[in-house]
Amino acid sequence: MLLIRGCVTGKRMSGLILQVEGLSTHLGSESEPVQAVDCVSFEVRRGETFALLGESGCGKSMTALTLMRLLPSSGRVVGGAVLFEGQDLLKLSEADMRRVRGGGISMIFQEPMTSLNPVLTVGQQITESLTAHRGLRGGRARSEAMELLQAVGIPDPYQRIYEYPHQLSGGMKQRVMIAIALANEPELLIADEPTTALDVTIQAQVLELMRSLQRDRGMSIMFITHDLGVVAEMADRVAVMYAGQLVEQASRNEFFTEPKHPYSQKLFDSLPDKDKRDRQLYVIEGFVPSLQTEFRGCRFAPRCHRAFDRCRGEEPPRTTVNGRQVFCHLYGGDSLAAEAGPVSTPGRPHGGRIPLASKAALLRIRNMKVHFPIHSGVFRRVAGYVKAVDGINLEIPQGHTLALVGESGCGKTTAGKGILQLIPPTGGSVIFAGQELTTLSHAELRSHRDDMQIIFQDPYSSMNPRMLVGDIISEGLRAQGRAAAPAQLQARIEQLLDQVGLAADSVARYPHEFSGGQRQRISIARALAVDPHLIVCDEPTSALDVSVQAQILNLLKQLQDDLGISFLFITHDISVVAYLAHEVAVMYLGRIVEQGSVEDVLDRPRHPYTQALLSAVPTMDVDSGRDVIRLVGDMPSPSNPPSGCYFHPRCPAAMAICRDRYPALTRLGNGHETRCHLYRADPGA
Amino acid sequence: MLVLFWTDLLIFVLLAAAIAFSVYAYRREHLRAPWRRVGRSRVAMGALVILSAYVAVGLLDSIHYRQELETRTAGGQSQYSNEVLSLFDWMVMPLKTRGEKTYSAPFATHLYAKETVERADGSQQRLYPRLVFGGAQLRDPAERGADIAQRATIGALKGSALWLLVATFVVQAAAWRSGTGFRLLAAEIRGDLTMTRWRAALLTFLVLLVIVFVAAELSSGYHILGTDKVGESVFYQTLKSIRTGLVIGTLTTLVMLPFAILLGIMAGYFGGWVDDVIQYIYTTLNSIPGVLLIAAAVLMLQVYLDNRSAEFASVAERADLRLLFLCLILGVTSWTGLCRYLRGESLKLREIDYVQAATALGVGHFTIIVRHLLPNVMHIVLITVVLDFSGLVLAEAVLSYVQIGVDPTMNSWGNMINSARLEMAREPIVWWSLFAAFLFMFTLVLAANLFSDAVRDAFDPRLRNR
Amino acid sequence: MIAYIVRRLLYAIPILIGVNLLTFVLFFVVNTPDDIARSQLGDRRVTQEAIDSWKAVNGYDRPIVFNTKVAGVEKLTNTIFFDKSVRLFAFDFGRSDSGRDISYDISQRMWPSLVIAVPTLLVGILVNITFAMLIAFFRATYIDFWGVVLCVILLSISSLFYIIAGQYLLSKLFHLVPISGYDTGLNALKFLILPVVISVIHGIGSGTRWYRTIFLEEIGKDYVRTARAKGLGEGIVLFRHVLKNAMIPILTGVVVVLPLLFMGSLITESFFGIPGLGSYTIEGIQRQDFAIVRSMVFLGSVLYIFGLILTDISYTLVDPRVRFS
Repeated sequence: MLLIRGCVTGKRMSGLILQVEGLSTHLGSESEPVQAVDCVSFEVRRGETFALLGESGCGKSMTALTLMRLLPSSGRVVGGAVLFEGQDLLKLSEADMRRVRGGGISMIFQEPMTSLNPVLTVGQQITESLTAHRGLRGGRARSEAMELLQAVGIPDPYQRIYEYPHQLSGGMKQRVMIAIALANEPELLIADEPTTALDVTIQAQVLELMRSLQRDRGMSIMFITHDLGVVAEMADRVAVMYAGQLVEQASRNEFFTEPKHPYSQKLFDSLPDKDKRDRQLYVIEGFVPSLQTEFRGCRFAPRCHRAFDRCRGEEPPRTTVNGRQVFCHLYGGDSLAAEAGPVSTPGRPHGGRIPLASKAALLRIRNMKVHFPIHSGVFRRVAGYVKAVDGINLEIPQGHTLALVGESGCGKTTAGKGILQLIPPTGGSVIFAGQELTTLSHAELRSHRDDMQIIFQDPYSSMNPRMLVGDIISEGLRAQGRAAAPAQLQARIEQLLDQVGLAADSVARYPHEFSGGQRQRISIARALAVDPHLIVCDEPTSALDVSVQAQILNLLKQLQDDLGISFLFITHDISVVAYLAHEVAVMYLGRIVEQGSVEDVLDRPRHPYTQALLSAVPTMDVDSGRDVIRLVGDMPSPSNPPSGCYFHPRCPAAMAICRDRYPALTRLGNGHETRCHLYRADPGA
Repeated sequence: MLVLFWTDLLIFVLLAAAIAFSVYAYRREHLRAPWRRVGRSRVAMGALVILSAYVAVGLLDSIHYRQELETRTAGGQSQYSNEVLSLFDWMVMPLKTRGEKTYSAPFATHLYAKETVERADGSQQRLYPRLVFGGAQLRDPAERGADIAQRATIGALKGSALWLLVATFVVQAAAWRSGTGFRLLAAEIRGDLTMTRWRAALLTFLVLLVIVFVAAELSSGYHILGTDKVGESVFYQTLKSIRTGLVIGTLTTLVMLPFAILLGIMAGYFGGWVDDVIQYIYTTLNSIPGVLLIAAAVLMLQVYLDNRSAEFASVAERADLRLLFLCLILGVTSWTGLCRYLRGESLKLREIDYVQAATALGVGHFTIIVRHLLPNVMHIVLITVVLDFSGLVLAEAVLSYVQIGVDPTMNSWGNMINSARLEMAREPIVWWSLFAAFLFMFTLVLAANLFSDAVRDAFDPRLRNR
Repeated sequence: MIAYIVRRLLYAIPILIGVNLLTFVLFFVVNTPDDIARSQLGDRRVTQEAIDSWKAVNGYDRPIVFNTKVAGVEKLTNTIFFDKSVRLFAFDFGRSDSGRDISYDISQRMWPSLVIAVPTLLVGILVNITFAMLIAFFRATYIDFWGVVLCVILLSISSLFYIIAGQYLLSKLFHLVPISGYDTGLNALKFLILPVVISVIHGIGSGTRWYRTIFLEEIGKDYVRTARAKGLGEGIVLFRHVLKNAMIPILTGVVVVLPLLFMGSLITESFFGIPGLGSYTIEGIQRQDFAIVRSMVFLGSVLYIFGLILTDISYTLVDPRVRFS
């Protein structure tokens, strides 16, 4: 069956901490298994960081869980070997395997919020690992735990050890997870997307911690991620997974300078950044196949721009080219590559661009506040407010894209909903095309709803699963009383589907029949149906894989060119901002700290927070030599912001005045503004 | 002359609603898919067959009429009997009419109690007299074993034959619809290879038919579950109790559903003072222990009905009204759980993206509730309804035992147990009434529980990914 | 925290008023005092005099909510509503329709109820958790499957069956324990065994199945995977991690019924002849003694609301996420 393909070489190499040979894992029923991991072979050397890169659902986490033998109950290993320090983990008894878990190999997970036991203290969760492997108990275990907390950079370990996980921030929890993993000085640390759930400034802290721990302890790290930037920062060697298989293995430098596999190449091309602003992004058409299908030939062939006949009929050989492994017919040795498609199709330039001359603001937001009351006491009196949005000013001209950038909890999503009056603002004004929206009654507002629309982050919860796509798209038309005769309505729906690149027969299907990217297209069609002038895009691509994200970004840009729609683009992803936005506003703790044109803000950031945020984004330039400005601590709670400048407790350039007064607006010319005491306040502001 | 009781009316309203919903659901893939998952469970298919049998008896027992009497009034108009019968009574008339004097054990040929009998020679003797109907066809009671075996065999053969007929018809119809050949489909069913577990359903059906026919065949000669104190067939009583159990189990949820759904969704969606008021209402109702509220209400109802007994045309009508009120009261005590659950769910749904998107598109509150909230909480409603059913059937027995259940004149398992309990001390023990009531109740409740488990597994999105 | 408890206590007041009004409407508006008197006196053809004298003796001869015949505050207090309903707030239950002091009866009869209910609850929880842990340990095996099937079968059996079958088997057939009855002191023990055992067995089906669901839900969570990744054994994972988290819903589910234990179990007590509050209520119902039923409704509500408050408090004690926020 699986071994017939000869994916096990049987070669045993030395100097390795881990050697995985032809590993295959299936999930679900015997008859129609999900082939989550198929014939995967790689090795991790002593002291190196090995990155396993892939999009969601490609089997990278399942690979890690298979190594640890922590598969869910429906999972089973169907072939292969996992050699850890010479012994095959898959052949160990459960008791022996337990000694390896948390002893020789440790693992940390993606969600620090749920990965710690909520009813045990941090100390208990660390010491039980010490007890299980080293028999340490009582005071000795406790002091060891405190040392571990110190080692992962947690302040006041004497106190923290008695705290419960919910009392720690996300970044702190992940540090605790790392402390647990390090408890017994493992040879290998498996980190499964350890920073994906964290903000970029916190991610920078955790990555730095992992690097320094590796330097000090000389352990190996297997780093699982979907983020090319993180790979570039962390890895010594890289393996790329696609649809359950390894498609390429290389050293970091080789991989980033010259990716071999068409999939790897396409991944790079589809990443947005500012150099690609004037072009459409390269896209990988289609989407990742279901792992339940029976594959023939190369699994990437249906989406590959260079695929030829052989790719579709025959599984590619595992070729080693100059010490690099590529799983592709293009490198099959015999020069069949001639049949292949062109190396690369350049992205089309955007056409028919509307000149951005009209500077008259379509949407004008003045001092908008959204405060949520905090109740306390016997009679639930209002004791304070969570100032989610605390007086922001924004202007969006026709046909422009304003990006609202910030980390989670800064209030950017609340701001978006406040503008749409989905959450009534507590103060300030929102003026759309001269019409004040905050004073409108519920009924009046309904008739103005066609001016502005919204697209959400999660493609799964943004559509009613019990409605047909046609009904979803036409919902706005009906609500606005614009539903014409059935035939016309049908024509309009089909036109909208065509506009977002979906087939006309989608009308009579349900949302669950579509992939994440296709659902986002439906959401866009629903918003477009009422001919809005402005669309609030609330992180529309952050739940999508890179290859699909490119499709959606292209679509949005195309729509702006064709229809002159304005976007308020809410995101935390700087590369998307660089690609898409005209203006940028950076939010911190409910307020805007800096705004201006995309060039000014991203290339010449003035506010220390903007500078730190930009520097924390991992980049793929292997030798960019950039310095990460490390921010200390976490973002404070918006219910109790610090005095003076909200950023001063974390600011590397804080001065005395920063503690006392919130800085006034400083105009830096060309619409570039910031609120920071470093720059002399503009007397006119 | 047809007689329509209140509960009959509601039962048929419920039936119509169920049929309408299945037609509606059949056309919609997302509604059909979970039912298909139910069909994949062998246990559920078997349970469904059993439940259908109970429902069939319950429905037949809900078509009531009064017999036309032979005598006519002076004006030549028809006169009707005071006794209300049902279609089911008509079908099992021999069971109803062939009473004995008092207790007799299952399959007995003689009465349970000794009687003084005058012999031909004038002397008197105390002995167990022969039954009037049970085993009356036997010349010698010793032939009983052979007779029973013979009748059982005939019944089993008849049942199997009918099953063969029905099964052939069903498979033929299914084959014709799906376009597969009869032989192929039959082979697939035999191998249990079909997605919907037809084999389990058909096998259960076979067992059911055989039991029904054996019971029918034996009943023509014996009281297969004995007779009670006044000599009425226990088998008849327990069959008649099916309707009571079903009515309690279904109508209770039917009457509470509108309140629970409307108030629950409103509380969650609108929040604010609407939420406060609704929460207050259900917390208050919920804080009265259920049994006590039922006891208080039924006591009051009893006083009310007692003082107005003249206003009812028949005892059966009064008993029916009491049954309906019992359902109402049970509904009042049981809607709060569902209401609270729906409130929580609506609270979540209110914030979900597609509801926000609808608001952003200018869709009105009412439309949002009907189009977005209601369809997405219906699975909770359905799960609650099927899960509550068995609990209510069991509750009927307990309440009737405490004498705050159905009318004492009504056939119900609770009443059967209650009257039989008093005879527990007798020697030899009169066990058959208890046995019959518990057996039929257990079968119904077990089938309902197994079926509702499958329904919950199929409909609960949280369980689906396990 | 204290503010929270005070708030919960204050919220109980309008609810109790609601309960009180509701029962008042149920008992005095649906049927007039005359109707009640008539049904109490039993006979269909009772004279109006008999009715009037019954009402006078039992205090039903006053106007329902407003008395115009007297002066001052008495206009409100000298009414059926005040006498029969408002007094309940001071736990003054008055006299039953047969003339007994209800408060005294309650104080006498709640102890036997407790003696049955407390061991039933404790043993029940212990047994159910043990079985549920066993089933959870063998999850996705045949033991799990048949365990659940057994649970469904057990919970499909009527509680009356358990009692009748238990009495028949243990008392009548094997003469192990008395069928029913009660005694004071240690002598009560032999009367207690049967009702407790039967109540526990009756609860196994639903209890075990419910706890199993809770355990499985916890087992599916991320922190369990973390615990396994530490190399902990299955036993430690189950007892230290899963059980500790699962105890939060289990305990709070138990706390809410704690005060109601005073009320006893209607069915068990009346079947086994235990002179507790449960059988007291049943007697009240069967004798159509409205004063007793009314008192028990109010008492039950008070205890239930108290249970709700205890539940909220126990949450804050058991769950560190609530305790430290």
